[in-house]
Amino acid sequence: MKSEEEISRRRGEVSGAVTYEWLTQAEAARFHKDPDNFKPLRASSLVGQQQQRLSDEREGLFSVIDEFNLWRSKPELAEAVAAIKALTAVIQRSEATTMMGLEIDLKKASEALKAWDETSISLSAGCDLFMRYVTRTSALEYEDIVAGKARLIERGEKFGEISLKASPRTNARQTIALLGKDFVQDGSTILTHGCSRVVLALLKLAASNGKHFHVICTEGRPKNSGVEMANQLLSAKIPVSLIIDSAIAYTMEKVDMVLVGADGVVESGGIINMIGTYQAALVAHSMSKPVYVAAESYKFARMYPLDQRDLPLAPCYVHFPGALPESVIAEVSTRDYTPPKYLTLLFTDLGVLTPSAVSDELIQLYL
Amino acid sequence: METRRGARMVIDPKVRQVGFVTPGSELGRPAAPEPPGAAAPVPVVANSPSPVIIPLLLIPDTSSLRTTPLPVPSPPSRRVVAAPPADDSMPLGSYNPSDAILGSSQGSSERTGNNDKHGSAPTDSLADMSLSNASTLAIRLEGLNVTNDGISNVLSTSTVRSAVAAAPTSVEHAFQTSSGQGIIGSVPAVSVDMAAAANPQAGIDPRPMPLKDRTSKAERRAIQEAQRAAKAAAKGVGTDIAAIADGNVANEVKSSKPSSQKKGLSEKKPAVFSDKKPVVSSDKKPVVSSDKKSAEKASEKDKRKDIPAPRMQFDDEQRVAKAKRRSLIEQTEAKNRVELFRHLPQFLHGTQLPSLESKFFHEDPLHPHPSVFQVGLQYLTREIVGGNARCIAMLMAFRDMINDYSTPMEKTLVRDLTAKINSHVSFLITCRPISISMGNAIKFLKTRIASLPVTVSEFEAKHSLILEIDRFIQEKIVFADNEIVKHAVTKIRDGDVLLTHGSSCVVEMILVRAFELGKKFQVVVIDSRPRLEGKGLLRRLLGKGLHCTYTHINAASYAMQGVTRVFLGAASVLSNGTVYSRVGTACVAMVAHALGVPVMICCETYKFHERVQLDSICSNELGDPDALVEVHGRKDVYSLRGWADSKHLHVLNLMYDATPADYVSMIITELGMVPPTSVPVILREYRKVPYVM
Repeated sequence: MKSEEEISRRRGEVSGAVTYEWLTQAEAARFHKDPDNFKPLRASSLVGQQQQRLSDEREGLFSVIDEFNLWRSKPELAEAVAAIKALTAVIQRSEATTMMGLEIDLKKASEALKAWDETSISLSAGCDLFMRYVTRTSALEYEDIVAGKARLIERGEKFGEISLKASPRTNARQTIALLGKDFVQDGSTILTHGCSRVVLALLKLAASNGKHFHVICTEGRPKNSGVEMANQLLSAKIPVSLIIDSAIAYTMEKVDMVLVGADGVVESGGIINMIGTYQAALVAHSMSKPVYVAAESYKFARMYPLDQRDLPLAPCYVHFPGALPESVIAEVSTRDYTPPKYLTLLFTDLGVLTPSAVSDELIQLYL
Repeated sequence: METRRGARMVIDPKVRQVGFVTPGSELGRPAAPEPPGAAAPVPVVANSPSPVIIPLLLIPDTSSLRTTPLPVPSPPSRRVVAAPPADDSMPLGSYNPSDAILGSSQGSSERTGNNDKHGSAPTDSLADMSLSNASTLAIRLEGLNVTNDGISNVLSTSTVRSAVAAAPTSVEHAFQTSSGQGIIGSVPAVSVDMAAAANPQAGIDPRPMPLKDRTSKAERRAIQEAQRAAKAAAKGVGTDIAAIADGNVANEVKSSKPSSQKKGLSEKKPAVFSDKKPVVSSDKKPVVSSDKKSAEKASEKDKRKDIPAPRMQFDDEQRVAKAKRRSLIEQTEAKNRVELFRHLPQFLHGTQLPSLESKFFHEDPLHPHPSVFQVGLQYLTREIVGGNARCIAMLMAFRDMINDYSTPMEKTLVRDLTAKINSHVSFLITCRPISISMGNAIKFLKTRIASLPVTVSEFEAKHSLILEIDRFIQEKIVFADNEIVKHAVTKIRDGDVLLTHGSSCVVEMILVRAFELGKKFQVVVIDSRPRLEGKGLLRRLLGKGLHCTYTHINAASYAMQGVTRVFLGAASVLSNGTVYSRVGTACVAMVAHALGVPVMICCETYKFHERVQLDSICSNELGDPDALVEVHGRKDVYSLRGWADSKHLHVLNLMYDATPADYVSMIITELGMVPPTSVPVILREYRKVPYVM
């Protein structure tokens, strides 16, 4: 334990992001097998500060972060939608008397949310999207505060429906599954990396449509998501085999397509996803296998990373067995950026897009 | 639009025929093949935005390329058909270079501008034109052994009718037609159109009139099209057509001029194309959709606006001669023009200067406004260089001009001012070809002038225009640059090594801003002869205290090692993502790409252009070749002295090059960072209402 602390200190110096405090909490989380606690734990000190500041600023303001966590704890709700829900709650409770005041409240809340977890791309994408909608709704200027509030809340609810299984027509995940299922061919072998709910929905739908296919899940650090994915697939009676993620290249020759989810889809049309996706895409590209990405449109983020270092660092504790020499620096990022040229198509609820169409959609969304 | 239609007429889909090809030329080809000169690999400049005009003609031939009135020789028969009055202005070479940017300006002003030109067109050039046309045609006919009845057919409209009727009877002649029939065959097409327009029943007249027994494929197609048109006409706009018909005949006469073609599609244009195209490549689109005529006139007008006017092609002697006559400045053409770039203006540099200077104090109503004159001189002497600087200087000059402007008697401000701006622009072009960004700015100004309400007083109109110009400069250039800097700075990290080429003002602003923010980075300035603009940038950066490395483009591949980011400016970004920029940019971008260094292009959106360009040949600017020959401060480099006397030497000093989108990682605009594939999206989203934000 001692040596790990030492390492963590070192890491903290390197990345400027990993603190000792965070690491111990992460460690605790690991032992409790509760991966969801990662982020709140990591930023707990931040939350405290934030809450302190907010309460200083305005007496009686509820914490948007608590609200966010409440929504996030729901299993089927994506992070971006949870953020939108939390912001909707802010509108509901806002005591602002003018639309301008409401907007300022919202801005503060969204800043707080974003600051709470700077590394989450879908969180900031969700916040941006909602804020964009708020500032863009030109009718706001003319409406009175009650009507304006109602409109915004209604809009927030709609966003929520996209993610929640409220209705199959508006559910983004279901739409994507419908659009993407035809790409799964009978008798094919699909490689997937990480554990994505959209990919799972797509594969389940394809299987329920009578397609017979085989899924290869990659098991590896840091999240052990391959096992989870394999279990989920098995429960849907889809044949699964498990490989270690270093065996991607070894397995690729019998794979027909690669299907992954995404944490965020960026402006270049590339994706940010669990670490190892870039590698899988590279191998697939060099062996001329198609790489498909399933991602909801609220994951579209207005970012443009040029290389891996451009991403906000999302560190994660990786346990290396045995004691490491002090001079060894461990790489701790949990995700990577896959450039668009390695992706074939993106299945989104806006339709099946080429990577270059993402920017098209983003420009229309944000500008 | 034509290419799409043409596709289905290609005889052998496996062979893509480019340039001068005629259908069935291998079938009925007579013993005496026409000389390659007569064949005249004619570049279709008519409506394709970027024809790659590489002279196919390497053997110097007496008859041909240079002397034939190229882009589209119109058959003389057309004139016979319509019997044009002698004074009908045939602006054969009429091309005001400013028309290139006139493309999208409103129809009315265009029209007026043209009329002026038409009036000034001397009729003798018309004679020349028709003469040479006729002779070419004759040569071709001889060579191709086409019977004379082809020509006689077209001499009267009545025979056209016969052609219509006779069409079904002569199917068997399809394979006997020789390549020349492309020309002849298509001529009736025009007439058929007329006939059909004048009398909707003509096309479907079942009367058997076996006057003519030979019809070519083109003819039959023409007939089909005419029938279709007639049907459409009978159905829908039957009444309109008759009314239009008269005008059409007149139109058609005019439309035999190359100049009217560049104005885009008029009501009659399909027919015009139909008789010209086959001469060029008659395997494709001998007749183009005369049923289009039935489309509403309004939509046609809209289309006309959308079609960009082709640029002046300087290998077209007629037009060049014409332009020369009208130009204010005398300039001497360069002697050893580079073969591949003959379509671009190549003048001896500095030869305009004496005549310009002598004219400075002229009292001439046509004389440019002093401010514009000054800016023109500054362009000429390269005192003002750089896309933004040139654009701002031009706009400020126009601002002065508008300020001093007063509408002459019996003229309207909108039309007169547009015409005035056109003439000023053409003056600026003679000083130095305008850049794409300037073209966009002029387009903006003209749109603004055109959209002025009629009721507005002159003072108010001038005032609002001046405000618009100020706003354009402020929003589209100054503010945009600030935004670009904001975006770009986020991409600079501590420890970066940034590389730039030449001297771009935006890139300079970015570097300085990042330095002011306390980022620790190094700069590599890559420079290239002959202008060595990087030196200025280097001096300014060093003055601010940045760490710099300076090298020439020869060392680009070496200098690129260890570089983490490449920042480049651009003269324009085209809608396929191609970056049109200072020569050398493509080289730097390609080297960076090869070494995996991200290339970022910093460009304001007002420089974006809808055009698509695949190479640096079809549109470019040529600099002074002497600049390459002399090396400053090196008296021992003299081997090229007197190079102009050598016929075998062409010195090429290109000003711009095109960087394919593949080599560009990102384009930084004031709207954010976008991939090069998104340029058309930005153009689409932001030019719906031009320049309104």
